[in-house]
Amino acid sequence: MQIIKDNQLCDNAWQFIADDADLPAGDISVSFNKWQQAETQLLNHEGKLGVRIGSADAIASIASDLDKIALVELDFPDFADGRLFSSAWLLRSRYGYQGEIRAIGHFMPDQVFYLSRVGVNAFAPAKADYLPMILANLADFTVQYQASVNNA
Amino acid sequence: MYQYNLVDQTLVDERVAQFRRQTKQFLKGEISEDQFRALRLRNGLYIQTHAPMLRIAVPYGLLSSQQLRKIAHIGRTYDRDYCHLTTRQNIQFNWPKLEQVPDILAELASVQMHAIQTSGNCMRNTTSDHLAGVAVDEIEDPRPYCEIIRQWTTLHPEFDYLPRKFKIAVSGALHDRAATQFHDIGVHLVKNAAGETGFKILVGGGLGRTPIIGQVIKPYLERQHLLSYLEAILRIYNLFGRRDNKYKARIKILVKETGLEEFSRQVEEEWLLIRDTMLLSDERINAIKGHFQAPAYQADAAEETSFNQHLQNDTAFATWYKHNTAAHKVAGYRAVFVSLKAPDVPPGDMTGLQVDAVADLADQYSFGEIRSTHRQNLIFADVKQADLYPLWQQLTALALATPNIGTVTDIICCPGLDFCSLANAGSIGITKEINEALDDMDYIHDLGDIKINISGCMNGCAHQSVGHIGILGVDKKGAEWYQLTLGGSSENEAAIGERLGPAVAKDEVTNAITTILDVYVKQRMDDESFLDMVKRVGIDPFKEQVYANH
Repeated sequence: MQIIKDNQLCDNAWQFIADDADLPAGDISVSFNKWQQAETQLLNHEGKLGVRIGSADAIASIASDLDKIALVELDFPDFADGRLFSSAWLLRSRYGYQGEIRAIGHFMPDQVFYLSRVGVNAFAPAKADYLPMILANLADFTVQYQASVNNA
Repeated sequence: MYQYNLVDQTLVDERVAQFRRQTKQFLKGEISEDQFRALRLRNGLYIQTHAPMLRIAVPYGLLSSQQLRKIAHIGRTYDRDYCHLTTRQNIQFNWPKLEQVPDILAELASVQMHAIQTSGNCMRNTTSDHLAGVAVDEIEDPRPYCEIIRQWTTLHPEFDYLPRKFKIAVSGALHDRAATQFHDIGVHLVKNAAGETGFKILVGGGLGRTPIIGQVIKPYLERQHLLSYLEAILRIYNLFGRRDNKYKARIKILVKETGLEEFSRQVEEEWLLIRDTMLLSDERINAIKGHFQAPAYQADAAEETSFNQHLQNDTAFATWYKHNTAAHKVAGYRAVFVSLKAPDVPPGDMTGLQVDAVADLADQYSFGEIRSTHRQNLIFADVKQADLYPLWQQLTALALATPNIGTVTDIICCPGLDFCSLANAGSIGITKEINEALDDMDYIHDLGDIKINISGCMNGCAHQSVGHIGILGVDKKGAEWYQLTLGGSSENEAAIGERLGPAVAKDEVTNAITTILDVYVKQRMDDESFLDMVKRVGIDPFKEQVYANH
């Protein structure tokens, strides 16, 4: 499926690998647990690495690994769970993460403007129908009251 | 008052466009009911028992006459020609049509108003002292800081999907008229030993199902750090507040379960990491203060004393003066309450005609500004004493001069079962009955300062748990019953009311209230207030009489 990245529609080059599956070649992302348990094995993998973060996962515990991580997926269990907004902010502002931060799962197309302001730069929505909405909604506001990671 | 610049105006205009699109997409089935619910709530729109309800933000209770006229116009054009004042100093319409709400919001934006974040699990309207800027006991005008907080909370990208709603109140006076001890965050302006203004920060207060008095988390915060400290609290709450049970999701539960000491440590640690990156400069503070300059008071206002004659000659005027006006820091001026508690009207309701008339009176007598209070009345903050008599006459003609401010019939009341889909029981009807039973103004004035708060359910929108007398509607096997509490207060001596005993049936509530008042009249000492007497004797003497015949 296609995703939105840096304000553009593009193909998804990443593959998420379940905790008990073998690691295929290419760019892969794994769960937060898998990352913590199998970091050494993962670092020998040929291809780029990503980590999938849930809303209860503590960003601080991967802070020192961020230079090895090219993608952080923020997996929304539900659009009302706003913890991942803080997770994104922490990644970009506190830990200076430069890689891709991608919202996945059950976020709303109407949340992407806020998500972009806390540092999310890619969106893989639950439904393909949402892709054009996301592109449009990223431009919802031209002004803001708070500093954000993309204008601070 | 604060005037929008291009950024403020663009923001509300773009918000209207966003909500117009969201409404259209919802009506076309492109976004789900569930998603639209979250989006409409953040624009003040509830779906109620009979129709949608739209709650409009009145930042810290301040309105211009032009804004008030727009409210009247919206009531006439889109609703049933009346509006309702809430306990968060906001204004509600009870009968708008969903598809017209974007148009209403556009009308509001044309007068620098909006409905942003007046509901939903996000940071709500910042409230304050209704006498801000004119109170005799004021340390410093809290409104510039309220405006700074308003801007920071508005469309905050990180904190719009919190575990639960989040309310901030600011007080700049010695006497707390903003119920700051019952807010998620309470901010008190204080001076340090060097005479500099800073803030005392309280956290974890709240009403609703589990009323808790807020605790001091920071005794003195330098003013440049206001926003970084708020942000630190919000980040800890957003990350760690409970999301598994909506009745345990407010910050008060997090503070209680974590313990104030540990919670403070977490906030402090977070704050130290961000405080130097978001300093509030003196330039910024002074620029905002520039919007709240004192109006052009007349220097000789105190010399015009014709109103003394009226006080002597007209007892009705004298009574109104005593109860419905308050001291002003400038000699020759008073703050004037507009009572929205006429005996035959639901508390806080106003007709379009009254709203327009109040706007005209504000232009004529109070520099074109009006304030709403958290007890659901209005205030003209800056009235010359020479104007009090003609103003009183005009308010009387509008049925807005019932001399009952701070008395037993100045009841805070939620919409209750008549309008609200959450309610278990009626509240407006109870208020009406109490008013009918207490029709002797002399008796009401003799009772003095008694605050009755009536909520139709546990959510406690009318703050019943901090009423001197609290009345809470509960459902008992499909019937409306009422739980009474005594001794609550939201002011300096904050207290949560104590339960009197078993709930009473609907037709016995008024009798119970008059019985409580009789016990007070018979057993009070000298000029002891109701609240003081409850503190002295406890609830037993009241309980004995109320339940005597059961």
